[in-house]
Amino acid sequence: MPDTAVHRIEVRPQHGHVDPVGAAACRSACAVGAAQPRRVDSAHVYLIEGALDDTLVERIASELLADPVLEVAARGASTGRGDAVIEVHPLPGVMDPDAEAIETAINAMTDTPVRVVTGKRYDFHGIDTDEAAHLAGRCLANPVVHAIYTEPFVPDAFPHGHPTDTEVRSVSLLNLDASALKTLSRDGHLFLSVDEMLAIQDEYRELGREPREIELETLAQTWSEHCVHKTLKARVRYRADAPASDPLSAEVLRGRPGITVNDDGSVTIDNLLRSTVAAATHALMHDDIDWCLSVFKDNAGIIAFDDDHAVCFKVETHNHPSALEPYGGAATGIGGCIRDIIGTGLAAKPIAATDVFCVAHPDQFAFGDADDSQHVVPTGCLHPRRILRDIVAGVRDYGNRMGIPTINGAVWFHNDYVGNPLVYCGCVGVMPRDAVEGEANPGDHIIALGGRTGRDGIHGATFSSAELTDSHADEFSHAVQIGNPVTEKKTLDVILAARDHEQGCLYSAITDCGAGGFSSAVGEMGEQLGAEVHLERAPLKYDGLTPTEIWISEAQERMVLAVPKDRVDALAAICDAHDVEWCDLGTFGTDDSELILRYNGVEFGRLPMELMHNGLPDRLREAAWTPTARSYDAHRSPGSLEQGLRGLLAHPNIASKHWIIRQYDHEVQGGAVINPLVGAHADGPSDAAVILPVEGSSRGLGMANGIATGFCEDAYTMTLLAIDECVRNLVCTGIDPARVAILDNFCWPGCDDEQRMGELVRASVACYDGAMAYRTPFISGKDSLNNQFTTEDGTTIRIPPTMLISGFGIVDDVERCITMDLKHAGNRVLLVSGNERTRRGSHYEMCFGRDEATMPATVDLERGPAVARVLHALTDEGMVRSAHDVSDGGVLVAVAEMAMAGRLGVHLERPADTEPLDFWFGEGASNYVIECEPGHYSALLSALREFDVTTLGTVTADGRLTEPNDSFDCDIDELRRIWLKPLDWGAGSD
Amino acid sequence: MPTALIITTAGTNCDRELARAFALAGATPEFVHVNALRRDLSIMDRAALIGLPGGFSYGDAIAAGRVQAQLLRAVYPAFRAAIERGVPIIAPCNGFQVAVQLGLLPGPDAGMPWPDEPLEPVAALAQNAQASFVDRWARIEVPADTRCVWTRGLRFTHDTNLLPVAHGEGRFVVASAERLRQLRDGGQVAVTYHADDNPNGSMDSIAGICDASGLVFGLMPHPERYTRWTQHPWWTRLEPSSREHEPPGLRMFRQAVAHAAGVEVAT
Repeated sequence: MPDTAVHRIEVRPQHGHVDPVGAAACRSACAVGAAQPRRVDSAHVYLIEGALDDTLVERIASELLADPVLEVAARGASTGRGDAVIEVHPLPGVMDPDAEAIETAINAMTDTPVRVVTGKRYDFHGIDTDEAAHLAGRCLANPVVHAIYTEPFVPDAFPHGHPTDTEVRSVSLLNLDASALKTLSRDGHLFLSVDEMLAIQDEYRELGREPREIELETLAQTWSEHCVHKTLKARVRYRADAPASDPLSAEVLRGRPGITVNDDGSVTIDNLLRSTVAAATHALMHDDIDWCLSVFKDNAGIIAFDDDHAVCFKVETHNHPSALEPYGGAATGIGGCIRDIIGTGLAAKPIAATDVFCVAHPDQFAFGDADDSQHVVPTGCLHPRRILRDIVAGVRDYGNRMGIPTINGAVWFHNDYVGNPLVYCGCVGVMPRDAVEGEANPGDHIIALGGRTGRDGIHGATFSSAELTDSHADEFSHAVQIGNPVTEKKTLDVILAARDHEQGCLYSAITDCGAGGFSSAVGEMGEQLGAEVHLERAPLKYDGLTPTEIWISEAQERMVLAVPKDRVDALAAICDAHDVEWCDLGTFGTDDSELILRYNGVEFGRLPMELMHNGLPDRLREAAWTPTARSYDAHRSPGSLEQGLRGLLAHPNIASKHWIIRQYDHEVQGGAVINPLVGAHADGPSDAAVILPVEGSSRGLGMANGIATGFCEDAYTMTLLAIDECVRNLVCTGIDPARVAILDNFCWPGCDDEQRMGELVRASVACYDGAMAYRTPFISGKDSLNNQFTTEDGTTIRIPPTMLISGFGIVDDVERCITMDLKHAGNRVLLVSGNERTRRGSHYEMCFGRDEATMPATVDLERGPAVARVLHALTDEGMVRSAHDVSDGGVLVAVAEMAMAGRLGVHLERPADTEPLDFWFGEGASNYVIECEPGHYSALLSALREFDVTTLGTVTADGRLTEPNDSFDCDIDELRRIWLKPLDWGAGSD
Repeated sequence: MPTALIITTAGTNCDRELARAFALAGATPEFVHVNALRRDLSIMDRAALIGLPGGFSYGDAIAAGRVQAQLLRAVYPAFRAAIERGVPIIAPCNGFQVAVQLGLLPGPDAGMPWPDEPLEPVAALAQNAQASFVDRWARIEVPADTRCVWTRGLRFTHDTNLLPVAHGEGRFVVASAERLRQLRDGGQVAVTYHADDNPNGSMDSIAGICDASGLVFGLMPHPERYTRWTQHPWWTRLEPSSREHEPPGLRMFRQAVAHAAGVEVAT
């Protein structure tokens, strides 16, 4: 048998064949703006370690690795073809998703065990090695996860793990003072507050011993902001200098459950989340909404879909990992959210994904050599263009590989996201109604399925509580991971087979390994029962993990199941059939409901479940709010309405997102009804997406979102605008607003001062008021409250407070759905307004105004929901041919989008008593543009008489958008080109 | 009803819609994992139809479909036997990528038997010309002279002659101009994109091909995702008369299921 050695194989395009990867790399490199390569040649590099003889290596190269039609394989390191060679390989320990599959194939071919590492080689023409290495770091690799070599990488052997350190370590904290506890918390990456450290100290003084390392880590994970949402669940004292008419005045809030009005006029709110967001849901459920099946307790909120099925929805953020490694951060963000759905109840099948990104303006930033018109990218940050490109690629590669259609999303641009982008990932699942609840029983085995445990992802949960700084890429690179969607897909296949097993569901509870890894999953499932865990049983990616690392690792693609003893074998058989690894970590249920952690029989930790779940000290947070009246200067005219419209259509918030949408498979699973792009040539921006969750049924599920940021003067209004926008978007496709459930995602710059906390309180109360008014219960939510970046020179860039409302709702028969594209010449176009619009704070002002935009608009909580209900009823009766919500850019942008999507024109007439810029470009809540046939016109006007309805004009076949009195006349094809271009970034670099 | 055997693996993800399309067309879908098939080739004897579904088998490591094609080499004798029995096989998207690399497509020259070992690949689905994944609908046509049992004789109206594509590696390439001519002249081009609507830069706008018998059909578009008219990308603007026709995807499956009626299967 030959000796074990590392064999290197390069595969590149055959002479005469194109090299799309090299060409894309060249374009990306040129876009960086530094040295310009003339050409880049690409090659795949495969390093294979194993006892293989030459014949086998040749066979692997020619039969497996190279395509005989397109490629050519060569062994070893070929000589340079250009002026510089760059190789990019994963750092040791970083997930290399292709490697595992290649190992499987080589095993099937040769019966020889091998280990594989994959890399990429780029031969640069026209630039030297230093320039090439600089470009590689900017656009082809990320030093957080990649090693960059300037010559072919030919290792003698792969790094192997070292023997495990199995010493039981204690942490001395019984005798530390507050400041020493604070230092311990920060240096150990625990991110616990001094109060929390003191509570732990008290507990251990009572126990009469120092905490062991694994116990302290367990508490830090369980008590992290990420896992327990302690800010939103805190008791808050809120005071404000606001008029009695304010929606948060003591008089309005008095008498609401959980809220006490104090003598000094301030109010105290017990558990902010429970008294606002969740209180609305419980009030609505108490009232007459009987379709909420599980709210705020499981990994996702669940509502009834039909008599036999339920649907669930969860939206997460993955902001900090995406700042350091956008591709891996976004991919593991969607991967983690998908696992939440798989881990809801007794498992739901993921059927749709959503994504919403907030990033800095890509064209307004440059590295050190920026000219006057651009900002400098702060040290420690990636360029916003690269961030957006890579997060899109991350969502694409994970969602598409999992076979989950990504069907809804948004992108919002603001320069204060430069160091801390926001990446929201959502997932919807469907499940039988009898799978809505699961509960572990004493004696159930703790079975972990899926990926192996590695050192990757250590301290992700606590990392999310930290504030990003320029040195985070060095300090926290271990919290950043690359996902392996195929492992997750296999695991999903196993779980659905086990759930639907002929002998009944093979497990009694399931959850995902997310933040905190096994420590959170087992801790949550065993909260009432206790658990005994044998950490040496977890399959590891490599040797050398300490028991503590195994326990808190957040390695991806793992699920934990509680399995009755007599069903373990049946589950194991399914795992084997699908090549999914599993392990039996121990059992649920101990005498005193304790968590007992062992490694090879030795006790490493012992904690009362009570301390983990109820030991977190109560905190009183002070919150204050002072209305800020920012100055507002009159606009600067762009010259003409036409120029205004062109400028708005090119604004990145409004411009077409087709470059992103088309990279996502939005039709896999075959359930699509309304796609994200609609209209005569499928390029109009749909307000919502609709799918069929249950085969053979005509009942549809729509999905949409509303996002609002701190442009508003008041987080209260901002939140209502987001709720209203989400509902509007759903109504525009025919979804019944009476069957809509929503989710909240707070992303705040920090809650370390009273004013920020006051904004959070106002947003939370708005959630209550909005949900009650629209009768849209919140069923799940999530918060990310430390989104700021501190630069090298100590400047802190805080994101604007950002509220994402995601919603899904039901339409009984999808054939009643409508889309936003204009349908027919001769039809009438109407503006239906449930609220006034204003140019202040509008996109028009952002493009052409002088001031930072601030939106003073209000939301009418009577008329807003009423107009949604009436429009839905009219749509259901078939009287509305198309509908589109008036949002970013105002009425003229909405009409232009409808016209472009339908390849039709509109002859417009502005009402005489209006001001052109206000009328066409003002923005506000509860406004819709609809199209109807002439025969339905008077009936519609009559049905909508309670609202402000304006007849905007008539659809024409000439493809022109005209308003003669305003001297406005545009060709829709020209407008469409303007709208399609800004975010059409063309070919990918990967 | 004839059994349609759908071969799944790690990363298969279009198996459900493929099963649905078979069921709508009158077949009974059944799933089998490649691991089970490798252990017992006789499972294939039950099939009156076979589907190689879309997805990202093994994450498309190395290249799309490469690892799954390698694993299916052990199953090749069962494929050969099935084709000799007259079993229609459909391979959309990732299935097409697998079938080409397994030598099932374009298969042996007309009149030649299937060899004992898989044929060396002579075609490939290379990375899209634009070097990125694309999801959109493309206009399609069925060549009048095709031998393909799934598509021959099908004609579509001007507003429904579409199929969805969703792939990153779908640019159809053959090894030589001579081969390309052979495919064309031999009626092995089963479906093409309209020349001005080629989504990936495929040679001669070829979207799908069949073997010389017409039984084995591989294509990049997804006919299984166009079996009801509310899947049409702009169905809300279709005239009522257009909604009366069966969608093109479903018609392909119906035609093959009808063809499979006479196929003998093991019970």
